[in-house]
Amino acid sequence: MTAHEHKHHIVPLSTYFSVATALFILTIVTVWVASVHLGSWNMVVALLVAATKGSLVALIFMHLRYEKKILAVVFVGALAFLAIFIIFTMFDTMTRGELGSEVRHPINPAARIYQMPAAVAADSMSVDSMANAIDSTVSKEQSGHE
Amino acid sequence: MTSHDAHPAHLAHHFSDVEQQQDSAKLGMWIFLLTEILLFGGLFVAYAIFRAWNPDMFYNAHQYLSIPMGTLNTFVLITSSLTMALAIRFMQVGDKSKAVINLWLTLMFAAIFLVVKYFEYSHKFHLGQLPGEYYTFQGVEGTNPHIFFSIYFAMTGLHGIHVIAGMIAIGWVLKRTLNNEFSADYYTPMEMTGLYWHLVDLIWIFLFPLLYLIG
Repeated sequence: MTAHEHKHHIVPLSTYFSVATALFILTIVTVWVASVHLGSWNMVVALLVAATKGSLVALIFMHLRYEKKILAVVFVGALAFLAIFIIFTMFDTMTRGELGSEVRHPINPAARIYQMPAAVAADSMSVDSMANAIDSTVSKEQSGHE
Repeated sequence: MTSHDAHPAHLAHHFSDVEQQQDSAKLGMWIFLLTEILLFGGLFVAYAIFRAWNPDMFYNAHQYLSIPMGTLNTFVLITSSLTMALAIRFMQVGDKSKAVINLWLTLMFAAIFLVVKYFEYSHKFHLGQLPGEYYTFQGVEGTNPHIFFSIYFAMTGLHGIHVIAGMIAIGWVLKRTLNNEFSADYYTPMEMTGLYWHLVDLIWIFLFPLLYLIG
């Protein structure tokens, strides 16, 4: 047995520089796209660009492209479980209130944001009436999603 | 025990050969990165839920983040990822001095990232855009704007802690490189540190559009 049987895959320098250039360009693209009004497509485009950048980093900088497939399986596995985490949680959170009206109060009524003299003076609201205002806003927002 | 004498110094006894040792290190590191992705995953879930519940408030609140500063930090972090990859590349071909230069550059870009973050944070502290109950800023239209800033500070704060941890790891690898502990045959700690550093970059690549570029 010798220590040198397995040679590391050596990526050409030019590949690293090309990837970095692509990442710079995609960063400019994503900042530019954010200033264009596409409605809900803005988020889709932003995430697609981020996913492309992330893939470049993982495949080239992190060598996933050149390594044994088991490492890619671990990485994609993490992403798959993250997707399950997000999607299944949102099945719940996006459908709350469909079975009955939901009452929500300030998370902490003693928090400073509800004690600000300016806010209280301007709206002459007590914490309770502010809580009611928040409830109605939340229920409006939620009915908008249904 | 002739086979023992043939072992390279960096081969631990419980591995049959260098390749197995290296494969084990990589698999272990990737499983650790998996747990890191799921650690940040919890915060991404919180982000998704609260943004879905408060789309207008998120849009209004995100306008108080500085896109130029966020873009600058994205460039800085991508460049640091490049120099980290180059450091490993130069070590692979045994060019120690260029590896050292690139490790120093990586540390420098990491420090620049934190300095920019410091200016962003101190501006928000000054305005009272603090997380949770410490939030006192009155300028954001919408209900519970402190939720956006709680998520902002939790996500960028955890990421910042990772940047600091990465700098410690890079500093350690730099010291070992200067001590001539690495060569073209053995540089596994540098490679593992690189994987960690690229993950820090990878997470920022998603944090940047989600926090700074809400359309």
